[in-house]
Order: sequence, then C-alpha cells, then structure tokens
Amino acid sequence: MHVGLTHYLVVSTILFCIGLYGVLTRRNAVAILMGIELMLNASNINLVAFNRYLAPGAVGGQTFALVIITLAACEAAVGLALVMAAYRSLETIHVDEINVMKW
Amino acid sequence: MLQYAWVIPVLPFIGFWWIIFAGRRAPGQGAYVAIGAMLGAALLSVAAFIEVLRGARYDASVVWATVLNRPIEVGYQVDPLTSVMLLVVTVVGSLIFIYSIGYMQGDLRYPRFFAYMSLFASSMLLLVLGNNFLTLYAGWELVGLCSYLLIGFWFERPAAARASMKAFVTTRVGDLFMFLGILLIFLQLGTLNFNEIFSGVETGRLAGGLLTLAAVLVFGGAVGKSAQVPLHVWLPDAMEGPTPVSALIHAATMVAAGVYLVARAYPLFFGTPGHEALTVVAYIGGITAIMAATIGVVQDDIKRVMAYSTISQLGYMMMGLGVLGFTAGVFHLMTHAFFKALLFLAAGSVIHAMHTNDIKQMGGLAKIMPITYVTMVIGALALAGIPPFAGFWSKDEILLEAYHYDQVLYALGAAGAFLTAFYIFRMIIYTFTGSLRSHPAHPHESPRVMTVPLVILAFFSTVIGLAGAPWWDNPFHHFVRFEGAEGAAFDFEFALRSTAIAGLGVLSALVVYHWRLVSAASLRRAFGPLYIAVVHKYYWDELYQYAVIRPVVWAARRLRTFDVYVVDGAVNAIGVVFVWFSRLYRVFDLYVVDGVVNLVAWTAKTMGGVLRYGQTGRPQNYLLIIALGVIALVVVGVIR
Repeated sequence: MHVGLTHYLVVSTILFCIGLYGVLTRRNAVAILMGIELMLNASNINLVAFNRYLAPGAVGGQTFALVIITLAACEAAVGLALVMAAYRSLETIHVDEINVMKW
Repeated sequence: MLQYAWVIPVLPFIGFWWIIFAGRRAPGQGAYVAIGAMLGAALLSVAAFIEVLRGARYDASVVWATVLNRPIEVGYQVDPLTSVMLLVVTVVGSLIFIYSIGYMQGDLRYPRFFAYMSLFASSMLLLVLGNNFLTLYAGWELVGLCSYLLIGFWFERPAAARASMKAFVTTRVGDLFMFLGILLIFLQLGTLNFNEIFSGVETGRLAGGLLTLAAVLVFGGAVGKSAQVPLHVWLPDAMEGPTPVSALIHAATMVAAGVYLVARAYPLFFGTPGHEALTVVAYIGGITAIMAATIGVVQDDIKRVMAYSTISQLGYMMMGLGVLGFTAGVFHLMTHAFFKALLFLAAGSVIHAMHTNDIKQMGGLAKIMPITYVTMVIGALALAGIPPFAGFWSKDEILLEAYHYDQVLYALGAAGAFLTAFYIFRMIIYTFTGSLRSHPAHPHESPRVMTVPLVILAFFSTVIGLAGAPWWDNPFHHFVRFEGAEGAAFDFEFALRSTAIAGLGVLSALVVYHWRLVSAASLRRAFGPLYIAVVHKYYWDELYQYAVIRPVVWAARRLRTFDVYVVDGAVNAIGVVFVWFSRLYRVFDLYVVDGVVNLVAWTAKTMGGVLRYGQTGRPQNYLLIIALGVIALVVVGVIR
C-alpha cells in the first residue's frame, strides 16, 4: 500500500479532532494542555506532509514545524506553571471550578 | 495750631468705636474711655479758644465730590462762634460724662450709653466745626440719630420707644425743609461753603424773595431741632431718656444746634429784604418762649418742667437772634448750656434719690440733699435772670434788643421772663421745702461723682455771665459779633426793670407755693379756660393727632389695602399662573424626560441581562462555539 498525502492528512485530522475533543471535554487543566499538544502535533504533521509532497525542495514547512515544536514546549511550560499556580491558590485544577474572574 | 482742630471731634469718635467693640472690657466699662476722649477734646478746645482769642482764624476745604461739574467741598473752620461752641460742648459734655458714672451705675447697657454719648459728642463737634452746609448737615443728622438712640435708651419702656420715634420723625420734618433750603442755595450759588454763600448774598446773586425763601427753609431745620413752635412737641417726650442725656442733648447742646445754625447762617437771614427772615425767626422764638413758659407752670414732672423751660429759653435765643441781637442770642446759648445742664443734672440727682419724677411727691429735700439743693437754686436763679447769675446778663440783653426792635416781642419776652422765674421756683419749692410727701421713699445725697460736676457747673453758672458784663467793656461782645447787628449798649435802668420782673416772678412763686397767701386752687379757678388750655399744652398733640397722624394713618391704611389687594393680588396671580405652569412641566418632566432617560437605562440593563448568559466564564464553552463556528464556515465554504 502506497502511503500518500491523503493518509497523512487523515491521520492529522483524526489527531486534531482527538485533541479538540480532549480540550472541550476535559475538566482537568493538565488534560486540556495535553489536548492542545495533540492539536499542535496534528498541525505539525500537516506542515511536514505538505512540505514533502507539494514542495520537496523547500524547507519552509519543516522550519515552521520546528518553530511550532518550540512553541509547544514553551506553551507546556507556561501552561503547567499556571496550573501549578492555580492549584496552589485555589486547591483545584478543574477548570469549571476556576471562576474567580467571572463577574 | 488751629489746623489740628479736626482732632477734636475725632477723639470722641475713636472713643465711640473703642467702647462699641471692647464693651465692658474697656477701661471703666467704657466710662473712662469716653471721659478721657472728652477731656482731651476739652483741652484742645480750650487751646483753640485761646488761639482764636489771640486773633487766629482757620478755614480749609477739600473737594469731596463733583456734582453737575460743581465741586462739593468739605472742610472745617475755627472762628469765635465755633470756638465758643466747642468750649461749651466739650466742657459741659465732660462734666455730664463724669456725672453719668454715678447716674448710670449698674445699668444693663452701661458701656453702650457711653458709646452713644461719645458718638453724640463727636457729631456735635463736627456740626460746629463744619465750614459748609454739607459737613453741618452730616453732623446735624448724626446728632439726630444719637438723640434717637439715647431717648430710646431704655427701649423696654414703651413710652421711651415712642418718644424716640416721635423725636426722630418730628425733627425730620424740619430737616426736610432745611434740606430743601440747602438745595435751593446750591442750585442758585453752586456752592455749599458758608463764606462763598455769604459773599453770594452780599453781591446779590441770591437776593429778594428767593433769599427769604431759602433762609426760612433753612430756619425750618432749626425749628425742628431747637423745638420751636410748631415742631416743639418732641422735646417734652424726649425726657424719657436718661437724665444725663436730657442734660447734654436736650438742653445744653443738640437743641442749641438750631440756634447755632441761625447764628452761623446769619448773613443769609440778615441779607433778606427788610430782615424779613429775621422777623420770622423773632416771632417764632417769641411765641415759643411765652407758650412753653406757660405750659411749664403747670407741669408736675420735674424733667418736663425743665423741658418746657428749655423750649422757652431756646425761643429766647431765637428771638434774640431775630431782633438783630446776634451776640445776645449766642451769649444766651452759652449761659443756658451751663445753667440748664446744671438744672438737669440736679434734677437727675433728685430723681436718683427719690426714684420718681413727680414733684408733688417730693418736698423737704433741702436738708437731705444740701449740695443738690444749693446748686439747683443757683441754676434756678441763673435761669430766672437774677443778677449776677449767668442767665441775667444774656436774657437782659435779649429783652433789651427786643425792646428796641419790636414792643410786641418785648412784651412776650417780659411775660415769659416773669413766668420763667415763677415756674422754676414753683418747682424748687415743691421739691426742696416743706416735708416729704412720699413716705415710702428714702432719699439720700448723691455720690460725689455726681455732686462735684454739679458744683463745677454751679460755679460756671454764677460767673460765666460776667463775660458779657459792662464793667470791663463787655468782652463777649467784642469776641462774638456780627457787623450790623451789634445790639444796644447796656442800660442800667433797663437791667433794673428785667431784674424786677424776674424778682416778681420769684416772689409770686413764694407767695403762692411757700407762704400760701394765695391758694393755687383759686388761681386755677381764676384762669379757668386758660388753665385748661395750658394743662393740655395748647392741644398741640391733639392737633397733630387729628391734622397729621390720623390722615396719614388713614392714607396708610388705604394704601395698605391697595397693596394687599391690588399689588399683592397681581403678584399672587402671576405666582399662581407659574405654579400651574410648573405643575405641567412637572408632568412632562416625570413622564417624558425621565421616561426617555429611564428607557435608555432600561434597554442597556435588559440587553446586558440577556447577554450575560452567554458569558459563562468557561473557556471550553467559548472554544466549543469557536470550533462549531469553524465547522459551520467550512460547511458553508464546501457547499458553495
């Protein structure tokens, strides 16, 4: 079986939907962060796949993927730090219980 | 040194403000301040008098305002007439101030009394210092104000409050005429300065009937202030004030301001054709003199006897001025100030002891109050005109001038002189001889602070007349004089006759009231209708009641009705209309303006209320909506 662009895109879509589902349904902030990671990685697969099949000589897609990996790392660090801070002050990481900024 | 004469009225003026602001904290509760200022003024007045005696004169003006392109000047002058007045006001004033310490002791408004007295002294000094009608008029009205304040000093008593009002309003009638006279002079001559007015009269720029009118109008002010017929009715009532006030204001100085005015403006009167204006002055004075003297005979209130005596003596002064006896009138003003102040203060001493004014309740006080008795007899002799006391010299001169001028006036004056001697000794006999008729009273001699001024005034009343005695060439005549009205020379036979008239008056009083050879009741019967007229003071008050007060009150009531129904009605009608308008506006405001405002607010609130349900605060809700939105967009994009 020849693995083509479409396969990559299907995997990527599935991954993105799983990520989105996680973000939308989880109450745990850490799980939401993990969902976000999945969505970012889905977009990475997209970028790399497009680069490989549509413009094999170029490196723009791969470079962009690297940037997103970096960004994902930063985001994870900041997000976890926020979760830690929220846990310390509110003693919970369930997002529906973190509502002190609601009017 | 005369250029510093302005300090004289300023001293008591400062005293006035000092006492008004410091009240009981001022030295001696204000008394020492007032007396200090007055004594200072008296010293300066003596100094000024000596300067003037040596021939110095002073007259200075500054421009105060410009009206109709005419400069209006104010200023002061010092001449013999002014210096005599300064001396009289400050010396008599100082003594009365000192006396007041005793008389007013323990009064509720003790400091205020001295404040008012100081203001009065200041105003009076301003009046006599002025070298123009404006300054004089300012002083004139200020002394009127002080008179009002001091007559009504015990305003808790309705009689005092009424008397102060009566005095103020009655003198104001005279002042109106005087103001018109001054205006007439100003319009004709364009100046208020005395000397310029007199030169205007001399050069004939103001002459004939107009001059007579102006002079008589100015004399109207004097009639009011000096209580001459027909505006004399206020002075007897003014006795409601404290006795020192009666002595200083309503006997010695303020009431003499009218006489001073005539003397000061003498060229104005003298220049009228045939001395017409002076004839008016003389007859008003003569009638006042005899009329007040007859009323004085039947008064039982010790101060009212004095009040009528004062009116009568002021009439003499006016008569003296009117019959071309310029010096005689001014001389009588001076002597009268001393002996009438003495009489009043002595009467005050009696009232202080007896707590009543009714001479019928007194009697036998001679033994209990020897100093008061002796000084009062001296005052009475001076008033009656017995030589060598002060009143003799001046009154004899007036009668002499009248004799040479007009026999009718002389007859009035001579009859008045007889009555003067009669009523004053009637009072003395009732008060001091016989036995005490009011048994609850415990009279006592007054304290020294009151008797010492009496003794000093008695001394003056004895000797001051000698300034006009013929033995040393009549120095007063050479000092205060007016060209053309020098007066006749002293006449020994005539003086004898005056003395005889006065002596006869004293004798009659003794016959009727002391030895009781003729009973007072039989006299009352003999004079029948005349007695009744005199007891009712010739019905002057009743006349005014019917001729002036009733019509004025009637007119005032009508005007009040007009005010209440027409003017107030119109105002109220406009008010009602606007109230209705505003009610209408209120409805509009409530439902339209407020309605719009509330609608806006309500809309915002409701929208907020609805939209707030979208703001759940859960990021996942938002994310879900975003995701659904993206899917919707993708679906829309694919279908197109």
